[in-house]
Amino acid sequence: MGLIVDKILLGHGSGGKLMHELIREHFGPSFGIEGFSDAAILDVDSRKLAFTTDSYVVSPLFFPGGNIGDLAVYGTVNDLSVSGAEPLFLSAGFIIEEGFSIERLKDIVLSMARAAKEAGVKIVAGDTKVVNKGKGDGVFINTAGIGVLHEGMEISPLRIRKGDKVLINSEIGNHGIAVISERNGICFDPPVVSDTRPLNGIVRSIREFGEDVHFMRDPTRGGLATTLKEAALESRKNIRIRETSLPIAPQVKGACDLLGLDPLYVANEGALVAFVSPGSAEAIVNSMRGHAHGTETRIIGEVEDSAESMVLLQTRIGGNRIIEMLQGEQLPRIC
Amino acid sequence: MKAILNELKRMTGLIKRPLRLMEVCGTHTVAIFRHGIRDVIPKETALLSGPGCPVCVTSVKDVDAAVSMSKMTGVILATFGDMMRVPGGEQSLNDARSEGADIRIFYSPMDALRTAMEEKGREVVFFATGFETTSPLIAATVSEAERRGVDNFSIYSTHKLVPPALKALLDSPDVMVDGFILPGHVSTIIGSKPYQFISSQYKKPGVITGFEAEEIIEGIFMLVKQIYDCRSEVEIQYSKVVREEGNPAAVSVIERCFEPCDAHWRGIGTIPGSGLRLREEYKRFNALLKLRPGVPDNPEPAACSCGDVLRGIKTPPECGMFGSACTPESPVGACMVSTEGSCSAYYKYGAYRG
Repeated sequence: MGLIVDKILLGHGSGGKLMHELIREHFGPSFGIEGFSDAAILDVDSRKLAFTTDSYVVSPLFFPGGNIGDLAVYGTVNDLSVSGAEPLFLSAGFIIEEGFSIERLKDIVLSMARAAKEAGVKIVAGDTKVVNKGKGDGVFINTAGIGVLHEGMEISPLRIRKGDKVLINSEIGNHGIAVISERNGICFDPPVVSDTRPLNGIVRSIREFGEDVHFMRDPTRGGLATTLKEAALESRKNIRIRETSLPIAPQVKGACDLLGLDPLYVANEGALVAFVSPGSAEAIVNSMRGHAHGTETRIIGEVEDSAESMVLLQTRIGGNRIIEMLQGEQLPRIC
Repeated sequence: MKAILNELKRMTGLIKRPLRLMEVCGTHTVAIFRHGIRDVIPKETALLSGPGCPVCVTSVKDVDAAVSMSKMTGVILATFGDMMRVPGGEQSLNDARSEGADIRIFYSPMDALRTAMEEKGREVVFFATGFETTSPLIAATVSEAERRGVDNFSIYSTHKLVPPALKALLDSPDVMVDGFILPGHVSTIIGSKPYQFISSQYKKPGVITGFEAEEIIEGIFMLVKQIYDCRSEVEIQYSKVVREEGNPAAVSVIERCFEPCDAHWRGIGTIPGSGLRLREEYKRFNALLKLRPGVPDNPEPAACSCGDVLRGIKTPPECGMFGSACTPESPVGACMVSTEGSCSAYYKYGAYRG
């Protein structure tokens, strides 16, 4: 009597297993797309361009450390950045609910302008639609972006090799906890703020390592766990990480205990995971630490030879835990 | 901790038989996987999951009643998020919501009461599920609703009590357990006394245990030590939080609003005195009496082994549907739905790979 999923559930938008199935079974075959990554890589007149799009439906629109506006800019900038590209141009489409305050819209738009400036990209095209009251939730934003690939960089999960070091630039779980605490009126001292920020600068800081950077991704919805599992599946390698190396703020850990969440599955908006050659790992860590968004960069694990596509977490007490992809929804509408 | 693990190994070696310890609480089940506890304790010490996840033991009929009420005109059904995906006889609350029912998720019943006060024209029904940890909150909310004279708020109580369920387990001849890792959070409220029958009547040891890796290992150590010493007592490892007398104020809040009643546990059956219903003087907050929903009589899925899993007779991978017909995306039994359900934990933490 297994229940058949014949309707779209919130879980289909959570970045986890359900969404993967939706893409694999419906979008992929219909559009004739086979590989899936954060951005499409296009050959145009011998130049390699990266192209991507993303929609933002975060609720609430304003949260500690950011709002839907800067999220919409940084999210797309980051998808291009982790594809190994320098983001250049963005479009912005707005779906606004009738009755929405123009003052709030102005705040959002100004944040977008500031974010674009910070990331060094230009918003060059846009669209506005208004829907009846009750048919939207304030404002939804779509952005698309174009960037140019860094010379010598080729980012692909297929380039992940045995022995690669797995790096992360910052603490995990801050964005998701910031949003959920705002949504539920929970306060932390010191407050947990979203890590929404552009990653193109930190990627630029390691561009000189070119081929030694094999794969990068920003673990947003589905969290670090889902990103690592995707990398393991796509590369057909095992990944082993150490719990003691994972940077998690005490308030985030406390909030997760309270809410029954697992920080490994909580969304980030300014985290960068990189798989790099062991020989250059230390130098890459040092370069990333030299950047404002990478001072906490560290090695959290290694790629192993076995082809079972497993992600293993070595726990603090020396046990093992198998990490799977996010199942269903953990926190809907987080970005 | 090294010393404690060595001593544990020495004792299990001398006990010379495999031990079956049951963690009653779903939070423990998850914590045991997350910390990788099984990898560091002796193999002779098996850890079994018990009936301690409130979502998992909520019956098909109770879910059907909630679904039925959510579809009544003017009703806002308020629930804890975990209940959304639990399959009823025909639908889950998630299904009902995707068909337009107004179902809202709350972390606190007080927020649902606030919604009732804001939306006067609607009836807010709180689907009150949980053990002794959540029942004080619900009771306090009902008292508050009474104090403020809110007449468009009611609850559907499927609250359950842990000690009567343990008694039912110990009474069933096919359940083989050498000791209990007793729940930390529930015990914060009720203390250690309600478990005394485990040692006095059934001669089994029990240890109220915390949730950190070291605390769980210490709890296991204390259990094995009792077995080694041929003792059976109810001890508290989690003493930084749990007191012998519990939290009398919270208990009295529960007792003011609720009285024990028989309750149906999914997969286990009816356990006498294991549920909580609103007392006579609070019956105007009883959604079932207020709304009188039609509830279809649907059976529990026949092939589902939830009952055996909840009683520690089977481990989740021993169920024929585990990982094939029953997965977290399309669960058949409630143990696969809840984040703290043992099937979900086994699936999510990959234990089915052996």
